[in-house]
Amino acid sequence: MTTETKKYPAGMHPVLPPPSGSVGPVRWMRDNLFSSISNTVLTLLGLYLVYIIVPPFIQWAFIDSVVVGAESRKECLAIMGEDRGACWSFVYRRWGQFVYGFYPVEERWRVNVAFILAAFTIAIVLVEKLRNDKRILIGAILLPVACFFLITGSSLFGLVSVPTNKMGGILLTLIVGLSGIFVSLPISIMLALSRISKLPIFSIFATIFIEFIRGVPLITLLFIASTLLSYFLPPGSNFDLLLRVLIMVTLFSAAYIAEVIRGGLAAIPTGQYEAADALGLSYWQSMRLIILPQALKISIPGIVGSFIGLFKDTTLVVIIGLLDPLGIGMAAISTTEWAGLSTELYVFIGLFFFIFCFSMSRYSLHLEKKLHTGH
Amino acid sequence: MSGTKIQEKKTVTLGSLWRDKKSRAVIMQIIAVIGVLLFFGNIVSNTVENLDRLGVKVGFDFLTEPANYDINQTLIEYDSTDSHFKAGLVGLLNTLLVAGCGIVVATLLGFTAGVLRLSNNFVVSRLMQVYVEITRNIPVLLQILLWHGILIHSLPVPKKAEAVMEGVIFTNRGAYLPQPIPQEGFGWVWIALIVGIVFAVLFKKYANKVQEETGRLIPAIWIGAAAIIGLPALMFIIMGSPVEMSYPALKGFNYQGGFVIKPEFMALWFALSIYTGAFIAEIVRAGIQSVSHGQTEAAHALGIKPNFTMRLVVIPQAMRVIIPPLISQYLNLTKNSSLAIVIGYMDLVATIGGISLNQTGRALESMAIVLGVYLFISLSISALMNIYNRRIALVSR
Repeated sequence: MTTETKKYPAGMHPVLPPPSGSVGPVRWMRDNLFSSISNTVLTLLGLYLVYIIVPPFIQWAFIDSVVVGAESRKECLAIMGEDRGACWSFVYRRWGQFVYGFYPVEERWRVNVAFILAAFTIAIVLVEKLRNDKRILIGAILLPVACFFLITGSSLFGLVSVPTNKMGGILLTLIVGLSGIFVSLPISIMLALSRISKLPIFSIFATIFIEFIRGVPLITLLFIASTLLSYFLPPGSNFDLLLRVLIMVTLFSAAYIAEVIRGGLAAIPTGQYEAADALGLSYWQSMRLIILPQALKISIPGIVGSFIGLFKDTTLVVIIGLLDPLGIGMAAISTTEWAGLSTELYVFIGLFFFIFCFSMSRYSLHLEKKLHTGH
Repeated sequence: MSGTKIQEKKTVTLGSLWRDKKSRAVIMQIIAVIGVLLFFGNIVSNTVENLDRLGVKVGFDFLTEPANYDINQTLIEYDSTDSHFKAGLVGLLNTLLVAGCGIVVATLLGFTAGVLRLSNNFVVSRLMQVYVEITRNIPVLLQILLWHGILIHSLPVPKKAEAVMEGVIFTNRGAYLPQPIPQEGFGWVWIALIVGIVFAVLFKKYANKVQEETGRLIPAIWIGAAAIIGLPALMFIIMGSPVEMSYPALKGFNYQGGFVIKPEFMALWFALSIYTGAFIAEIVRAGIQSVSHGQTEAAHALGIKPNFTMRLVVIPQAMRVIIPPLISQYLNLTKNSSLAIVIGYMDLVATIGGISLNQTGRALESMAIVLGVYLFISLSISALMNIYNRRIALVSR
C-alpha cells in the first residue's frame, strides 16, 4: 500500500472517484429515505399510502370512466359493466351550462370574446414589458369595460341585453372573482391608509368597518345581501341580486386585503416617511411615489393569498341561489338521469378550482422570488 | 405651509383653509362624519319606511315564541315546543362544538404535517406538500359536501350495517358507539382525576425548581401523566367499575340508545379540520423556518441533544411566530363552520338565521343576533390576542 502512494510527488495525486455508495441514487436514498428505523417506517408508510390511493383513483377517474356516449347514469353503468368507474357524461352533456350558465345559446360568442379580452387584460397586468407601456395599460383599463358591455348587452352597440339571472357556471365564478379582485384592491388601499391615518375620524371608521367585516362569516353577509338589503334601499327600488352579491364580496375581500396592506405599511421604516416629508412631497405624492410601491411589494404574497381565498369563496353564492358551476352541477345531479353522481361532480369542480388557485399561488411564489431585493 | 405674501395677510378664505394642512384635516374629517351620518340616516329612514309599508313590527319578542321545529343534534334538552331563543342556543352550542372539535384535530394535523413537511425524508415531505396544496386550493364548501357525500353514500343503511366491534356501528345515519352512563360512586373518579391534575402541576413546579437549583432533571411530564391517568383508573377499580354501558340496538329502521355521532357533524368536522390543518401546516413550517439556523448550531455547539434543541431552543422561538396566525386560523375555522347550512347541520346560522328567520319573517332581528354572536366571538379572541402580543413583545428586548 505504502509503495503505491509514493509513486506520486506531493500534491500530484490524481483525483479519484468517490467510493460507490457515497454518491448517486444509492447514497441519496440512504440519506433521505432510510437513514434510521423510524425514517424507513415513514417512507414505507408513505409509499403504501400512495399505493392505496393513486392507482385506484386513476383506475376510477380515467381507465374505467365513461365520458362520451351515455345519456344517463344507467347507460353509464351499462357501458362500464362490472368495473365501477367515474361517469363524466353529465359534465360532457351539460358542458355548455357549466361554462355559460343559462346564457342564451346564440349569444354565447359574446362571452367567449369577453373571456379573450379578460385574458388579454390579465396578460397586460402580469407581463412587465406590456405593463410599463402607459398606452397599453390604459387599454387594459378599457378592456374590462368592454367585457361588461359584451356580457350584459347594450342597445348602443346593438347587443341584446341579457339579465344577470341567466349568467351562471364558470362565467359567474369569473365575474364574481375577477370583478371582486379588481374593485377590492383600490378600496383596500384606501381602507389601509385610513386605518393608519393620523386623522382620528378616518382611522376609527376604517377600523370599525374592517373589524366588523372580518368578524362575521361571508355567508351571513351574503344573506344580508339577499334578504336584508331590500329593506335598506328606498321603497320600490329593485336592485339586481348579482350586483348585491358583487358589492358584498368586494367589501369582504377589501377588508381582508386592507389588513394585509396595513401589515406592509407597518413594515416600511419610519425613515422612508421622513425622507418623503423632507423632500417636500405632499401626503398623496409621498404615498404614491415612496410608500405604497414598497408596501405593496411586500404585501404581494398576502394579497394573492386573499385573492385565492376570494376565488374559493365565490362557491358560497350557491347557498343564496346563484348558479355557479357547483350550483349547475347540483341541479344536474338532482335530475333523474344523473342522480347519485355527487362524487364525480365534486371532483370535477374541485379540479377546476384547484387549477385556478394553484396557478395563482405559484405565480405569487414566482413574484416573491423576483421582487426579493434584500440579501 | 409655504409663507407666500398673500397668505401672510390674515384673510381667511375657503381656499386658504383648504391649503392649510391642519384646517384641511378638520374639514375632511367633518365631511367624512357628515357623509357617514347621511348614509346611515338614509338606510334607517328607508328601513323604517319599508317596515311601515309592509306592516312589520321590530322587536325581539319572537324569541319567546315556540320554535315548532326539530333539531337533529342537541347538546342540551330541546324539543319543538321550546322557544326560538332555546333553538338559537342549541345552534350556538352546535357551532361551538364543531369549532372546538375541529380546532383540536386541525391543530394536531397541522403541526404533524408542518413538521413532516420539513423532514429530510423525500417521500414524507412530498406527501405533506401534496396534502397541503390540494386541500388549500379547493373551496372548503366543496370539501364539506364531498365528505358528506362519502359518508352518506359509502356507509350502509342501519338495517344492513354490521358492528365493527361490540356496540360500534357505522351507518349512514351516524356512527353509533356505546355510551358510558356513570353510576353511583363515579364522583370519586372525578375527584381522583382532579387530585391527579393538581399533583402533576405541583410536581412539575417542584421539578423545575430542582432543575434550576441543582441541574438535576426529573422526568416530571411522565410522572405527571402517570398520576393523571393512573389515579382515576385506580379509583375506578376500587369503586368496582361504577359505569354501565348503554349499547345501541336496532329498533325498526334505526338504532336506539348508545352515543351517536351524526354524519353531518362528522362531515363538517373532517372537512374543516383537514382544510384548516393545511393552513396550520404552512404556518408551522414558516414558524420553524423563521428560527435562524444559527440558533440550532449554537445549541449543538453547547452540546444540547438534537431533540432538546428542538424542544428548548427552536419550538419556543417558533411559537411566537406561529401563535398569532394560528389563532386567526381558529377564528376562520369557527366562521367557516357556518357553511354547515349546506349539509343541514343545525348550527347558529341554520337555526336562528335560517329556520327561525323564515318562520317568523324577522330577518332584521335574526341576522342582528347572528352577526352579534360572531362579532362577539371574534372580537373577544382578537382582544385576547392583542394582550398576548403585547406580552411577548415585552419579553423580546
